[in-house]
Amino acid sequence: MTSALLANISSDLFFIVFAGIACVFAVAVLLTSNIVRMAFYLVISLGATAGLFFLAGAEFVGAMQLMIYVGGTLVLLIFGVMLTAQSRFVNMRTHPRDWIMAIIVGGSLLMLLLTAAFRVPSWHEEQQVIAAASELEVADSKTATRLGLALSGVRVDKINADEQLKQGMSGYLLPFVIVSIHLLVVLIGAAYMARSKRMVRRTSEQAEDTTSS
Amino acid sequence: MAELINIRLGLEGSAFGSIAAAVIHALLLLHVVAVGALVFIWMERKIAGRIQDRLGPTRVGGKFGWLQTLADGLKLITKEDITPQNADKMLFKIAPYVSFAASYAAFLALPFADGWVANNVNSAVFFVLAVLGLEVFGVILAGYSSGSKWSLFGAIREAAQVVSYEVPLGLCVVVPVFLAGTMNLVTIGNMQAGYFTNWFVFHDIFTFGTFWIFFTCATASVNRAPFDLAEAESELVAGFHTEYSGLRWSFFFMAEYGSMFLVSGLGAILFFGGWHGPIPLMSILGLPESGVLGNYLANLAGCVNFMLKAVVGVTVMMWVRWTLPRLRIDQVITTCLKYCVPLASVCFIGAVGWQVLDLPSPSDWHLGTGPAYKVHEEWATHTNNSAASGADDRGPETTEQYQRESDQLLPPEPDDADKPLTGSSGSPRSLTATPLGQELSP
Repeated sequence: MTSALLANISSDLFFIVFAGIACVFAVAVLLTSNIVRMAFYLVISLGATAGLFFLAGAEFVGAMQLMIYVGGTLVLLIFGVMLTAQSRFVNMRTHPRDWIMAIIVGGSLLMLLLTAAFRVPSWHEEQQVIAAASELEVADSKTATRLGLALSGVRVDKINADEQLKQGMSGYLLPFVIVSIHLLVVLIGAAYMARSKRMVRRTSEQAEDTTSS
Repeated sequence: MAELINIRLGLEGSAFGSIAAAVIHALLLLHVVAVGALVFIWMERKIAGRIQDRLGPTRVGGKFGWLQTLADGLKLITKEDITPQNADKMLFKIAPYVSFAASYAAFLALPFADGWVANNVNSAVFFVLAVLGLEVFGVILAGYSSGSKWSLFGAIREAAQVVSYEVPLGLCVVVPVFLAGTMNLVTIGNMQAGYFTNWFVFHDIFTFGTFWIFFTCATASVNRAPFDLAEAESELVAGFHTEYSGLRWSFFFMAEYGSMFLVSGLGAILFFGGWHGPIPLMSILGLPESGVLGNYLANLAGCVNFMLKAVVGVTVMMWVRWTLPRLRIDQVITTCLKYCVPLASVCFIGAVGWQVLDLPSPSDWHLGTGPAYKVHEEWATHTNNSAASGADDRGPETTEQYQRESDQLLPPEPDDADKPLTGSSGSPRSLTATPLGQELSP
């Protein structure tokens, strides 16, 4: 009994540590004016969020968080900073007017998210359903397999839902594929545009050469 | 090992026990990274020497100069820790630790033998790749915050290179993952038990090609020659670590050698059977099934096996470094986007086609013990078993309903569920629900 209590306390402790790191460095992102330091604080904040996912046992989501947000976004951010920077260390000064706007926008978003989060019924009512779902042993992987099944339309966490609700569960595979093809098209388009500019200039230069000669 | 101690001492499940286990694992892995770096730097010196027709270190520590790295380390400790005037001091000081931490954290999910892993992460392959990709962040921070143009050049090159090479690396890693039907590295390793014909690298011609692309991309993603443009000492002084000195500088190198070992180990598990030797000597002797001690000995041999394979990988990387000239940045990107990505895609499609058409492969011979989902060590499955026994009171209709639902989606499962799954049946069958107790009963 006491050992279980201790284990609970230690997991709570780690939760507080990770959540604290995430919050403190999220605030630090706001307060610093140096862009690269902001990126660094953002990495720590997002990394701590990934730690929260790992703590909750959602390893796949945690690794996804690391890969996409911490890895990809920040490398892109740094590219953006480095390609647009004029001076050596970029500093941003925020006007007080912008602060007010940002607080209004961010605060309303926070309120929206909080109210939405507290209204999700399955998060505080149907504990038994979640418990039953989390006790199912699915092949080799506890979390990733479920995500894959949900992608193709089998919701392990909604096993006890009524039949009418189940017919609406179509899976996320089609939207996922549509989004990824959309992204691919955007990437190819971007590459094509970056390339075509150079091609056009070269052909116009060649045209000038031929006219001058 | 820590769990073994915990079970023996009756500390299993308590907060003290789990924290002690975590500390023991962390310390063991720290030794893998740090002592590994010591050995690898000495190896690098010796190999470089031999390739260039000289002796390399010969004096420190008696024969073969095997204490050379320790002397280097002492020298590095005594060096002054300099921070340039132009630097962003905080980022400059913290960057080496970011690199090192990323390289070290990836080891948390790397198994060294059957069940010998700090944390048996379900999607371990993905975790290792994600964390390994973070190492570049330390390099970018170092290059940017040094306030030196050489460092900045090196960092930008590194960023471009690593971001590009993650694409073919990911494509290559997917191939063994779908052959095994799981992202769990322990299971992937166990699927290749038996003789070397069961290794994924010999599964078909496409997986064989995939391994070489994987190795090329892994070399590039850990920033080793001929892809070491970020430090290109002939053009950029020393690249991203130009301004670093002393112990901070050595942290970058510990991170580099750690990552080399990591990707070599990952390649060994994904393609070369991990801790399973070419001939399953331990299974022939019957050690894994002969109680705790035999099991431990078998795993110890497996661990040595795994380490040997990883060290061979690292040695090949060194051999390549001292043989091939450094590529130009445009050649590096061309190699990635024009050769590695298309080749990896072709190998991926080819391997999928091989699997779908069920073409013959050496793993069909089922030589040796055959692939298995089992983790043989008792203590490694101990916590899982206790979780499963706690789940006994779940409603029977829940499981049935779930299985019915999954059966609608997936092809009907043959009734040989007890038989270890063969290498050619990796794909959809592993998604089906199997009670955990059945899988793990040793």
